[in-house]
Amino acid sequence: MVPAARGGSSPAAMRHLLSVNDLGSEGLKEMMRIADFFVEISTRPIPKVPALRGKTVACAFFEGSTRTRLSFEAAAKRLSADIMSFGASGSSMSKGESLKDTVTTIESLGADVIVVRHASAGVASQVASWVSIPVVNAGDGWHEHPTQALLDCYTIRQALGAESFQGLKVVMVGDLMHSRVARSNVLALSAMGARVNLVAPRTLWPVSLDGWPVEGITCDLDPLLEKADLVYLLRLQTERGAGRLLPSLREYAAMYQLTARRAAMMPKDSLIMHPGPVNRGVEMSSEVAEMPGALVGSQVANGVVVRMAVLYQLLVGGEGVGVLDPTAPDVAPAPAALRSAGVHHGAPGPSDTSSDSTPSTRSTPRTPSTRRSAGA
Amino acid sequence: MPDVLLRGGCVVDANGDRLADVLVRGSEVSAVGKGLLAPQGALVLDVDGCTVSPGLVDLHAHLREPGAEESECVETGTRAAALGGYTAVVVMPNTDPPIDSASMVREMHELRSKSLVEMAVAGAITVGRRGEALAPIGEMASLGVTIFTDDGAGVQDGGLLRAAMEYATGIGVTIAEHCEDASLAAGGAMHEGGWSSVLGLPGAPAVAEEVMVARDLALARVAGARLHLMHLSTAGSIDLVRRARADGVQATAEVSPHHLSLTDEALVSYDTNLKMSPPLRSGGDVDALRAGLVDGVVDAIATDHAPHPAESKEVPFIDAANGVLGLETALALALTMLAGTGAGRRAGRPPGRRSGAGAPACDGPPSSADRLTTYRGAAPASRALSIREVLAVMSWNPARIASLGNTQGGPIVPGAPANICVFDASSSWVVDPARFASRSRNTPFGGWDLTGKVVHTICAGEPVVLYGEAQR
Repeated sequence: MVPAARGGSSPAAMRHLLSVNDLGSEGLKEMMRIADFFVEISTRPIPKVPALRGKTVACAFFEGSTRTRLSFEAAAKRLSADIMSFGASGSSMSKGESLKDTVTTIESLGADVIVVRHASAGVASQVASWVSIPVVNAGDGWHEHPTQALLDCYTIRQALGAESFQGLKVVMVGDLMHSRVARSNVLALSAMGARVNLVAPRTLWPVSLDGWPVEGITCDLDPLLEKADLVYLLRLQTERGAGRLLPSLREYAAMYQLTARRAAMMPKDSLIMHPGPVNRGVEMSSEVAEMPGALVGSQVANGVVVRMAVLYQLLVGGEGVGVLDPTAPDVAPAPAALRSAGVHHGAPGPSDTSSDSTPSTRSTPRTPSTRRSAGA
Repeated sequence: MPDVLLRGGCVVDANGDRLADVLVRGSEVSAVGKGLLAPQGALVLDVDGCTVSPGLVDLHAHLREPGAEESECVETGTRAAALGGYTAVVVMPNTDPPIDSASMVREMHELRSKSLVEMAVAGAITVGRRGEALAPIGEMASLGVTIFTDDGAGVQDGGLLRAAMEYATGIGVTIAEHCEDASLAAGGAMHEGGWSSVLGLPGAPAVAEEVMVARDLALARVAGARLHLMHLSTAGSIDLVRRARADGVQATAEVSPHHLSLTDEALVSYDTNLKMSPPLRSGGDVDALRAGLVDGVVDAIATDHAPHPAESKEVPFIDAANGVLGLETALALALTMLAGTGAGRRAGRPPGRRSGAGAPACDGPPSSADRLTTYRGAAPASRALSIREVLAVMSWNPARIASLGNTQGGPIVPGAPANICVFDASSSWVVDPARFASRSRNTPFGGWDLTGKVVHTICAGEPVVLYGEAQR
């Protein structure tokens, strides 16, 4: 048996973000608490803090992307990092340079972290084995897209107003076999306590459910809708409708599109999500996309803050996540940077990064706990 | 060439095991027995504690010459072979240009002058290995080619393969197949199963191999052909061969050292040195391959030595070249993994957990450094092989399949050609790819602690390897 989920390490110990399993449930929660701090920053007239001033974030997007790339770049800019941007076309990759040479060059140029997107599964892991700086997986083939799962969890947490998704019934619909979003979200949602069911035509099922911590998988969407607290629709690459795996997009839409009729079968206040961009008329109808429970817009907006949290955590988080907490002992230089930007902090304390902070006693929502996860 | 006296070793060949000295004069064995006296000027090698066996024969080596000499050439590849205890290799025809004509066979025969061991050439079944028209099998056979394959791919067109088998049967040569249905394996980068699902890599299903094995066995029955099935990797394939042979089909089968040693679980590292075709399979498949060796359904271990330069491997996994080096590690892997002489693990690290039959175990998170999974086998049917059984599948069986029986694999008796391998079955060593004689380094076994080390290799009476060092 393949283990359902690899145990996550404490984010303070996290070296790379390659898979949702690098975070685990504690890591996911902690990362979301860090993101809470950046929400406030993002609403300022000048949404910028010097937390990563002097650091360089390399965005190596070997595969085309609009929202993920812009979102990472915006996150880096709001943290005052320099950005080194890279796309495969027009680079020496098209002259036949090997992937290893390309990424080691990026490291040599002074990058402090590499954000990697690639059409081939495993590239982020391969890059991590070749460089000595942290690597963020921004999507690798059919494998994983951990920051998408993180932003989706953040969006759900916002909508629910709850730290845990215990008992949340999620129905994920669509191209499960070829979806990195599905894989990362199944891992993340189940780690957060949700109960996930999968729906797809048989040809788009994962080869095996080993490593997919789900309740079940079926070809029949409608019976699941009446108990679904959240329906997560996956994007269908339209070329899948070309006849090899699906007879037609029309047939797919007839069986799996979330229409107003199907949405009406769901409980009141249920949520609808989609990683975008939506193929209206395929995964969901236009009227469903406009419904109040559809969170597509907030998913995009939350992308920036969770990616700020990821970059912050990987570049300065090793000094302790407590640094972002107003009640935690002061730790230089990151908190100083945040403080100077107006982030509230408590009284400075001794800068002892090795000692555990005392548990937070505050009850206000959106406040990170100072308790670090054990067993770093 | 001086006479060579191998003193004090244990001679193991198809006739049995016995303590005896072996005297080599010229290109032949001149005497075998206890207390042989060294002729004047003879090279006397003390091989006390070592096994003295017929040289190993590899049915499946890619030496890349001509066309890809940056990866390997006849000289470096056969040096690697000699260091691995081989005295003969069959080179595959997927060179550039491919070996699909009499003139290419002649060109290859000219390269024999650079070879340290006996080099037999396999010819292509179809012109350009394109699977469209028969290559001049008869002309190539008249130059001594006895085995034909489009290795790298199977012949997809069943009608054409049937014709090839019938034609080959008329001439008395063997058709060898790389069994993989291209439409079923399309795009596959690893074994299709739980691990491909976890890793998000497109899978090549076991059935892609098995449908072609089944088709080829059925065709061989119709054509009355001699069929050799290369690098079988699945339990289903072994089962098909077992049943067809019981039914009288003239089929032989080989497996590779890596398919006997590793499972698809190792791919969690995305290490491109683990990318090969056919891919690493499940634990249950490994059990079946081992059981096939035990009960004789599998005739041979063949390396599928497939050198690639670093730039073909330092790329995304899906784009990485298929193949793994084999010649310099095959005997030690076989002895370690099959004969139970050692654990077979990365040096300095504790052995991993034992895997359950048919299910790979996970020893830890994929982010851990020690993730290469050695398969240690758990099938009750499996048992350790004796050293002689290992030699059977690495020396005399492959010699017979490649029709090299006149010079290779025969018992060590006076008058026999002196193709001899001397190894210490209990000596352990750590695989260091930087020290390979091969021009390439693409092995997943770097750092592995293996038991069984080749000491001397004698080819046609010439000591080409002495004390583990190539002599030319």
